[in-house]
Amino acid sequence: MSLFKVFDIAGSGMSAQNTRLNTTASNLANAETVSPTEEGAYRARQPVFAAMMKGLYGTGPESVGVQVRGVVESDAPVQMRYAPDNPMANKDGYVYQSNVNMVDEMVNMISASRSYQNNVEVINTSKQLLLATLRMGE
Amino acid sequence: MPISLDSLLGPMPEALNLRARRNELLASNIANADTPNYKARDIDFRAVMRNAGDEQLRLASTQPGHISATADNYGGIPLKYRVPAQPSMDGNTVDMQQEQAEFSKNSVMYQTTLEFLGRKFSGIKSTLRGE
Repeated sequence: MSLFKVFDIAGSGMSAQNTRLNTTASNLANAETVSPTEEGAYRARQPVFAAMMKGLYGTGPESVGVQVRGVVESDAPVQMRYAPDNPMANKDGYVYQSNVNMVDEMVNMISASRSYQNNVEVINTSKQLLLATLRMGE
Repeated sequence: MPISLDSLLGPMPEALNLRARRNELLASNIANADTPNYKARDIDFRAVMRNAGDEQLRLASTQPGHISATADNYGGIPLKYRVPAQPSMDGNTVDMQQEQAEFSKNSVMYQTTLEFLGRKFSGIKSTLRGE
C-alpha cells in the first residue's frame, strides 16, 4: 500500500531535520566556547544529507527517503582572542574561540524547522487520506 | 445480465492507485528538499492513465538480485525530472512551493476519486436492496 510508504519517507525526512536541529542547537550552545589550543577549539558541525537509494532493488526507486550520511565539521578559521584574565587562556594570554557563525546557525534552524513542518503536514494529509480510504463506500 | 465489477468501476481504482503512488513520489521530493544533488521527480499522470490497462511485457526475474525492468516507470511511462525555475548551487531541484501545491492538489484529487468510487459502491448497495 503506497500511502503507508509516505509515512516512512516523511518520517525519514523528519528524523534528518531533527538531526540538523540538534547540530544547530549544539553549535549555538558552543558558540562562546573557548579553548587554550587551536586544535581544541569547537568547530561548527553540519549534517550531510543523502537520498536513500535502496529503493532501486525493491519496489522501485520512486520512493526515496532521506538519511544523514554523517556529520562534518566546518573548516572555517578559528578566531584567536587576547584574554589574559580568562582561566582558559594559554601562556601568551590567548584563547581560541569556536568558528560558529550565529547568522548561519539561525538560518539553518529556521530552514530545518520549516522542512520538519512540511514533513509533518505530509504525514497528516496522508493519514486523512488513509482514514477516508478505510471508510470507502459507507 | 452479468455485472462485471471491473467495468462498473471503470478506470477509478487505477486512478486511485496512481494518485497514491504520486503522493509517495511528492513526499520523497518534500523529504529531500535539503539533500544536495537530489533531483525532484514526478510522473505524467495523463500519459500513465492513457497507458493504464495495456498489457505490459515484463522481464522475468529468476534471481533475488535481479533489478526489475519496470522499477522506475509507471506502466511504461518513465519518471520525469522537474525543470527547476531557480536552480540552487547545491544541485537540488526541489521547489518547495511547487511540491506543496502539487501535493495538496494530488490529495484533493485522491479524495475526489475516492468519493466517486464510494458513490459507485453506494449505488450498487442501493440497487441490491431494491428499496
